[in-house]
Amino acid sequence: MSSTTTAPPSAARPPVTAAHGNRRSLQRHERTAGYLLVAPFFLIFLAMIVAPLAYSGYLSLFREQLLGGNAFVGLENYVDAVRDSAFVEGLLRVGRFFLLQVPLMLAAALLFALVLDSGRLRLKRFVRLSIFVPYAVPSVIAAIMWGYLYGPDFGPFTQLADALGLPPPRFLSDQWMLPSIANIVTWTFVGYNMIILYAALRSVPADLYEAARLDGAGEVRIAWSIKVPAIRPALLLTLIFSVIGSFQLFNEPKLMYNLAPNVIGTSYTPNLYAFNLAFVNQEINYAAAIAFVLGFVVMVVSYVVQLSSQRRERRP
Amino acid sequence: MYRSTHRPAAGLGATVAAGALLLAACSGGSGGGGGGGGGSSAPAEQVSQAEIDQAMSTPTKLVFWTWVPNIQNEVDLFMKQYPEIDVEVVNVGQGAPHYQKLRTALKSGEGAPDVAQIEFQYISSFRLGDDLLDLAPYGAADLKDQYADWIWDQVSDGSAVYGIPQDVGPLGNLYREDLLKQAGVEPPKTWDQFVDAARTYRAAKPDSYLTNLPGNDPGQFTSFLWQSGARPFAYDGAETVTIDLDTPEVARVVDLWNTLVQEDLVAVDPDFTDQWYQGLANGKYASWQTAAWGPVFLQGTAANTSGLWRATTIPQWEEGQNVSSNWGGSTDAVLSTTQHKIAAAELAKWINTAEEPALKLATEQFLFPAYQPVLENPAFIDQKSEFYGGQEVNKEFAAISKTVSTDFGWLPFMDYVYSSFSETVGKAIADRAELRPALQAWEKDITAYAEDQGFTVE
Repeated sequence: MSSTTTAPPSAARPPVTAAHGNRRSLQRHERTAGYLLVAPFFLIFLAMIVAPLAYSGYLSLFREQLLGGNAFVGLENYVDAVRDSAFVEGLLRVGRFFLLQVPLMLAAALLFALVLDSGRLRLKRFVRLSIFVPYAVPSVIAAIMWGYLYGPDFGPFTQLADALGLPPPRFLSDQWMLPSIANIVTWTFVGYNMIILYAALRSVPADLYEAARLDGAGEVRIAWSIKVPAIRPALLLTLIFSVIGSFQLFNEPKLMYNLAPNVIGTSYTPNLYAFNLAFVNQEINYAAAIAFVLGFVVMVVSYVVQLSSQRRERRP
Repeated sequence: MYRSTHRPAAGLGATVAAGALLLAACSGGSGGGGGGGGGSSAPAEQVSQAEIDQAMSTPTKLVFWTWVPNIQNEVDLFMKQYPEIDVEVVNVGQGAPHYQKLRTALKSGEGAPDVAQIEFQYISSFRLGDDLLDLAPYGAADLKDQYADWIWDQVSDGSAVYGIPQDVGPLGNLYREDLLKQAGVEPPKTWDQFVDAARTYRAAKPDSYLTNLPGNDPGQFTSFLWQSGARPFAYDGAETVTIDLDTPEVARVVDLWNTLVQEDLVAVDPDFTDQWYQGLANGKYASWQTAAWGPVFLQGTAANTSGLWRATTIPQWEEGQNVSSNWGGSTDAVLSTTQHKIAAAELAKWINTAEEPALKLATEQFLFPAYQPVLENPAFIDQKSEFYGGQEVNKEFAAISKTVSTDFGWLPFMDYVYSSFSETVGKAIADRAELRPALQAWEKDITAYAEDQGFTVE
């Protein structure tokens, strides 16, 4: 790109105009270069994100039957979606999940990040890696592991309960399924969020701590009054990720389906429902509409979360 | 391994290896004949032997989607027989994911295989889009006499043939001889006796059940309906489907299991889960009403109980009857989008009917054969199984295969029917709730779906 910016001025022209024209062409060149540089991203973005989204949107306006072909139905699929009790129940369920699981997970992630950052830990690398490892465990392995842990006839908790003469815990029953899934999600993502928060903590200037110490603040006070406010943007980021993750919940219930098929069923979460609509019921158009409504809900919730946190920030 | 070919739902069975099996492998000796068989009494469009010969000696590449483990061995034999044909075997998943990908490929108009494994109950769903090639002109019509009538029913409609049967699952009963003896229970001959036996057994062994009824296995439940003589589903190949679950044959099945479920006489654990494997291995369930592919599967799952199991016929509705049904099994079908119709049809036919590969599928992959010559082959039926106390289990099931009742039909959207089952009847089973209302909910739900999809429901 340097060649475009160092093009020699034309000698034939008067100096003033040359300088003028040169600057203008330089700007033009730079602008062209800018577009060229972002072009690969935009091409892929258009092909992989915008086009499929537009196509899904288009699909959601039709209804294709197994017999009788395809017909334009306008917003009928959307009307059906908001009236569909299976979908609405799924939404409420992931909403409950969000309220139950996310505060716990982020609090734990923050705590781990602060402890790691305090520098009072031996084997820091090892601890950091250990907390992060579940994120890297393939879901097949996780399924086998949780299947064993939650097993109602032979799992370790069942054995413990047997030994104590208590009734075995029904981790896979209707009532306990949501907490059981929340537990798996927490286990998987606590390390991931911790890494984000920890990285943010590392970039807080150390002289702030020094100043605080001079003012007589202890570690806890420093953490609460300096570190946490300093990494607020990172906390907000993890919170937004968690909103998206909760409402899009799919992998874990799919995994639990193998253990308790009749508890999970086909519409435990909206995403699972959309998947089953598309691939089991062959109702692709309706699945697309459900996905769009879900996307809209995620957008609204994320926006509300962001707005409320900004408002809090503005407060003195 | 086994259930792979039989069950639509892909569970977590990877942990189960069928393991070291005692069945003697037997190479069929003389390689199978070409099996082209250009019949003389054929419709006009019948493909001639000359055309077949020409196609089979033209360099061709075929793609074959199947989830039968190690089927590459049989495909290699095919490529040895026809060196010009190159077959690529692709496993895109077993059951549901396989069909999903197949439908996606067919819909998009490219990437579909030439030959695909398709279970019996899914054939009609692929006929819906005219996606299956009628194999009758390619020599498949001549195979009719080599299969039991009920099997041929499953793959044909009139003179059209939509798939070459690969394996079947006639329904039988596997039970723990030792546990039944301890409880003082005889293997039940009728379903009435079955209920009494379940009661006696449960009283004698409170930690164990005579059997388990999973709420997630519509395939098994449907085979119970089939055995009772119910014919709840049918499809005319055009626009009309029949859905009728309100019959005495269905009611007696539902009521029987309702009693067993309500009175806690059977377990209600989901099957093909770790919990269920454990249950089979540790004696929580003393029997398993299962298909012909069950015996070898069980051997891999409950290896520690070797010698304690026996195989027998499924309990009957009327004393003195001998009627069975089918659970699972599949075919190899040719997709109508193929550019190589003759070669693809030949592949589907050859690996399932030529002597060497067909016997190999039965004795090495342990697919329970649909093809009569294999069912009569001593290398297959005379095998004694130590796991079953030296019983000739294959012979037992080969005999059961002859008693399967005919004319059981399917709906062209069994994915939905099965998924809906798990939400209604299956859920009721798992919750030990009343089954009759759940049955009605199931019927209502699939009827609504059929109408929604533009079918005329009768």
